[in-house]
Amino acid sequence: MFQSIPLEYYLLLSGTLFCIGAVGVLTRRNAILMFMCIELMLNAVNLTLVAFSSYLGDTAGQIFVFFTMTVAAAEAAVGLAIILALFRNKQTVYVDEVNLMRW
Amino acid sequence: MSLATGAFFVFAAGAVATAILLITRKSAIPAALCLITHFFCLSGLYLTLQAQLLAALQVLVYAGAIMVLVVFVIMLLNLGDEVKSVKHSQVRSVVVIVFVGVMGLQLLAFLLGQQSNHTSLPPNAELVGSVGELGRVLYTDYLFPFEAVSLLLLSAVVGSLTLAKRKLEN
Repeated sequence: MFQSIPLEYYLLLSGTLFCIGAVGVLTRRNAILMFMCIELMLNAVNLTLVAFSSYLGDTAGQIFVFFTMTVAAAEAAVGLAIILALFRNKQTVYVDEVNLMRW
Repeated sequence: MSLATGAFFVFAAGAVATAILLITRKSAIPAALCLITHFFCLSGLYLTLQAQLLAALQVLVYAGAIMVLVVFVIMLLNLGDEVKSVKHSQVRSVVVIVFVGVMGLQLLAFLLGQQSNHTSLPPNAELVGSVGELGRVLYTDYLFPFEAVSLLLLSAVVGSLTLAKRKLEN
């Protein structure tokens, strides 16, 4: 069938994963599940960067993924702290029950 | 079909299946387990792209550190299953239809579009993904972003500590 995988297959896969993650963020109410779907989208973009980096023979893409991972770790720490603070003050993690900043 | 080609299809199917399972789970712990499996599949995909260092980091940082934190918070909050709200379900179906349309367009572009000339990995791909080469580039060309990221991590630690400690004043 194929001797090796063309670049387009990786792009199609990562586009599909990004769409699934976006559907998850927009349809779930639980803040922790939304957070996990954001991680899904971040990883879909990482896959695109690694695919381009490998196929074009350039290290820049993989360095970018390295930085994305660091930012994702920082985001995980801050995001989960926000969810914890939210739960402590409002006793809920459902985002549609929180209207503190709605005008 | 070579081994790498077969591995791509296995890991790609695993990644898509676990992603769909993740967004359809009602409770958080099965979703977290799906996400961990998803990260392992992505790590396998990075290996088919000859990115050895990132494959290892994917398992260590994402499936290890970040997911431990997420599972810890889920267990700490002790949540039940997600309850559906009525006004939400209509919005949900619209969102799903829109994104299925986007995926269909993407598939159409994939099937109808012209094939690029990147049909296989270049011979230097193995060198590009190696620990030595990535480390050399990271500590020479990207030294300033590397230092900036360490500052970002410090501020994230301080920020999450103050966030988790403080109570809202009523």
